[in-house]
Amino acid sequence: MTDPNIPVTEDELHAYVDNELPAERRGDVEAWLAAHPDDAARVQSWRAMAETLHARYDAVLDEAVPKRLELERLVRQPRRWVYGAVAATLMAFIAGGGVGWIARGAAATPSAFQSFTLDALDAHRLYVVEVRHPVEVPGSERDHLQQWLTKRCGWDVRAPDLTGLKLVGGRLLPGPSGPASFLMYESTSGERFTVYTAKAKTEATQMRYAVQGSDGALFWADRGVAYVVSGGTDRTRLTQVAQSVYDQMEKNGG
Amino acid sequence: MTAFRQSVEAMIPALRRYARALVRDTDIADDLVQDTLVRALRSERLFLGGDVRSWLYTILTNLNKNRRRSLARRPAFMPLLDNNADASGTEAEGRDIERALSTLVEEQRSVLLLVMLEGMSYREVADIQGVPIGTVMSRLARARAHVRASIEGQRPTLRRVK
Repeated sequence: MTDPNIPVTEDELHAYVDNELPAERRGDVEAWLAAHPDDAARVQSWRAMAETLHARYDAVLDEAVPKRLELERLVRQPRRWVYGAVAATLMAFIAGGGVGWIARGAAATPSAFQSFTLDALDAHRLYVVEVRHPVEVPGSERDHLQQWLTKRCGWDVRAPDLTGLKLVGGRLLPGPSGPASFLMYESTSGERFTVYTAKAKTEATQMRYAVQGSDGALFWADRGVAYVVSGGTDRTRLTQVAQSVYDQMEKNGG
Repeated sequence: MTAFRQSVEAMIPALRRYARALVRDTDIADDLVQDTLVRALRSERLFLGGDVRSWLYTILTNLNKNRRRSLARRPAFMPLLDNNADASGTEAEGRDIERALSTLVEEQRSVLLLVMLEGMSYREVADIQGVPIGTVMSRLARARAHVRASIEGQRPTLRRVK
């Protein structure tokens, strides 16, 4: 037996409403509520809240289950895209050769990776189709471009030399937590690649691959800077370009 | 169909209800349920008995946490005007509670819905969220206080509790 004179705690009031209270204490709580109108009002408001919740959401139970949630269908055809809004396919990406496969802190920030890569892909899509104004500073002013972006971004921004690709130029863009640099390259056949870099919260991650529509991206972070190299869906080609960017950043960073 | 799949299938309506209350948007809610089901099916062989129900809620809750984290720095879009502002009765109450839920922090909203809407025990919710029972109780208390204040603040005259 519990002592009815022991004051009822707030936790007990919740437990009472949620049927989590030991049976022998229920009577005490009921007696307490009879004597304490404020607590009784609270308990009553919680019950009303539960009713409102059920009134609002129970209708979902009676809705026909959409076809896309049928198990048979899901077994045959698992949804590739995790979240329509965050449509990036995540794949642990192990690059061949000596590409940086840096596992430190890798799994810790999948979402930072997602949103960052999406930003880069957005910028990529927006500017690669530009004929007259794809960049703010043209590649012919490489030194100026590097100095300007370095000054604004706060780390040493270098435009890497990429075999078979010409530097179109660069832009300054808003990044997730400060300015981001955006460099565009072009092959003789007009194929364009972009390199998007910004300060990253994580020191380093492994390289990851994402595809969205007709664009592919490789993401990694190194020494507190995150890189996204975007291009077409030819993954081998993209990997070559990304590897080249990575190697030169390694060299520069020393 | 295996027994495992049958028990997963039986949970779909309740998972949809929970997801709808958790994220408001019908499509995003069903995306969450779909991803939950895909994960569950993929792990079918790894599932060695136990409570399928809690397990599914755990997957969904975690997926939503990841989703929210990745969206965290995007601006939240709110309707500029509340049309139908003087709707009455159940509809208005439903809208008020929806709005109150949307202003709760994620863990509190999840606890509140799991307990009050899905009827889970404190113990089950503690397992789903991976926290001690005491944490579940304090989250629940804060969530209830917040929702109550929010609802009463919105419609003070109608909400006076006698």
